[in-house]
Amino acid sequence: MNDAVFDVETKLGQPWKKPPFVQRAWLRWALLLGLIAYLIAAYMTIDVNWSRVYEGLERGKKFVLAFANPDFTTRSSDIWEGMLESILMTVASSVVGIIISIPVALGAARNVAPLPIYLICRGIIAISRALQEIIVAILLVAIFGFGPLAGFLTLSFATIGFLSKLLAEDIESMDKVQAEAIKASGARWTQWINYGVQPQVMPRLIGLSIYRIDINFRESAILGLVGAGGIGATLNTAFDRYEYDTAAAILLIIIVIVMALEYLSGVIRARVQ
Amino acid sequence: MLRLEKLVKTYKTGDQALKAVDIDIPEGQVLALIGPSGAGKSTLIRCINRLVEPTSGKVYLGDVELTELSSGALRRERRRMGMIFQEYALVERLTVMENVLSGRLGYVGFWRSFLRRFPQSDVDEAFRLLDRVGLAHMADKRADELSGGQRQRVGICRALIQDPALLLVDEPTASLDPKTSRQIMRLICELCKERGLAAIINIHDVALAQMFVQRVIGLRFGAVEFDGPPEGLTPDVLTTIYGEEDWEATIEKVDDDDAMAAE
Repeated sequence: MNDAVFDVETKLGQPWKKPPFVQRAWLRWALLLGLIAYLIAAYMTIDVNWSRVYEGLERGKKFVLAFANPDFTTRSSDIWEGMLESILMTVASSVVGIIISIPVALGAARNVAPLPIYLICRGIIAISRALQEIIVAILLVAIFGFGPLAGFLTLSFATIGFLSKLLAEDIESMDKVQAEAIKASGARWTQWINYGVQPQVMPRLIGLSIYRIDINFRESAILGLVGAGGIGATLNTAFDRYEYDTAAAILLIIIVIVMALEYLSGVIRARVQ
Repeated sequence: MLRLEKLVKTYKTGDQALKAVDIDIPEGQVLALIGPSGAGKSTLIRCINRLVEPTSGKVYLGDVELTELSSGALRRERRRMGMIFQEYALVERLTVMENVLSGRLGYVGFWRSFLRRFPQSDVDEAFRLLDRVGLAHMADKRADELSGGQRQRVGICRALIQDPALLLVDEPTASLDPKTSRQIMRLICELCKERGLAAIINIHDVALAQMFVQRVIGLRFGAVEFDGPPEGLTPDVLTTIYGEEDWEATIEKVDDDDAMAAE
């Protein structure tokens, strides 16, 4: 109230503006001009071969038109097998990944775990997130050979990084007082997690898990391209043979399944709020 | 029954929240702890059950010294100290019953609590307590469906089902309307009397404290400035605790059932 001498008269009749994010004017302008210069320079380096694009348009058109009459029948047994393998990979890797990522997430939350465990779990997450799925899949295919086992392991590994990180962040931002109240009753650590922490993060855990199942299914379609099993292998073969109608059929099935999962996740998330 | 000896808490930032506080509370005494925000009231209560670790000093609950206990022994002693929180601190996504039964966690094993299979005697006691505060019919509702006053009642049940010897009460009425505030304070004090519990109640509302407690301690900058009966809170005393202000309206004798006209 009476902190500093503040002469209100100097402010009256003056327009008021929100203080800028970067205080120093010269720095603000330098950053802005630098960004514009960088963008212009960056776009100039992209070089487009227009005659190649013209040729490619024809192929692109064929591909798009194939969606008008997709061929589900000619290779139906291949599609069916690949789809089943993909779904199997998705379910198995999601279950294993989620089960492993819950303890890792607890370890990676600073307000729940002691520092050494925190560092170990954050390390696991960092490694899992640093290695892109395709790279992991190529490595695992080299070790375990072609087939869904490599895909299953890849997706499980990727799930751990994704789910643990986001769940740990939710645990860290939980309401401290609710957890404190459980601690004050003399609960042991496991009970404290079960009563004080779990109820608070459950909606997020369920939401993230469903989202991850969705991602795992889509990824399982990609992993086939590097030989890690699933519908991706079938899709790859179809492209190699220029059988765009079969490829279109596979893509349509993937789209339908992803949309169904999306819808399902919406329904479930609404119910667990 | 509870004795604090030279209790000091210095936070990592260097703030001295408690400066060698000595307090002795006999069996069954209800004590109000008043003082301005930041005086260390909350810290004091949390240093007793070690939700905040005291820097130095001793806390005796009966014959047991609390500050040196291992984590297992501390858990056993925490069962004897029920805590009631500002803003209720119920686990919002659990049912009322689960919240009340969570007061028994110190007594039951992990799997029993995980499967929610508490001993029948605990369940019976939970229903008895909920009935005592008039909420037995709400047992299966989720905690976040309740109003503020109802939630604080559940919080009281959760503390009492521990079968404590001491209640630590942190601003029980901070987010309640004046009428509910009085009801909650009256309920806490009645229950303490019924069960012979000692209690420390942190409270901002001086008039409310005067109405219900036998002893008041005034804290200022982490040190005890006043310790005596509620009648001893004169304008001079309040000025030493809180600073200069017109106190006449605050300490005016308020009849129990008036609205809080003075507020």
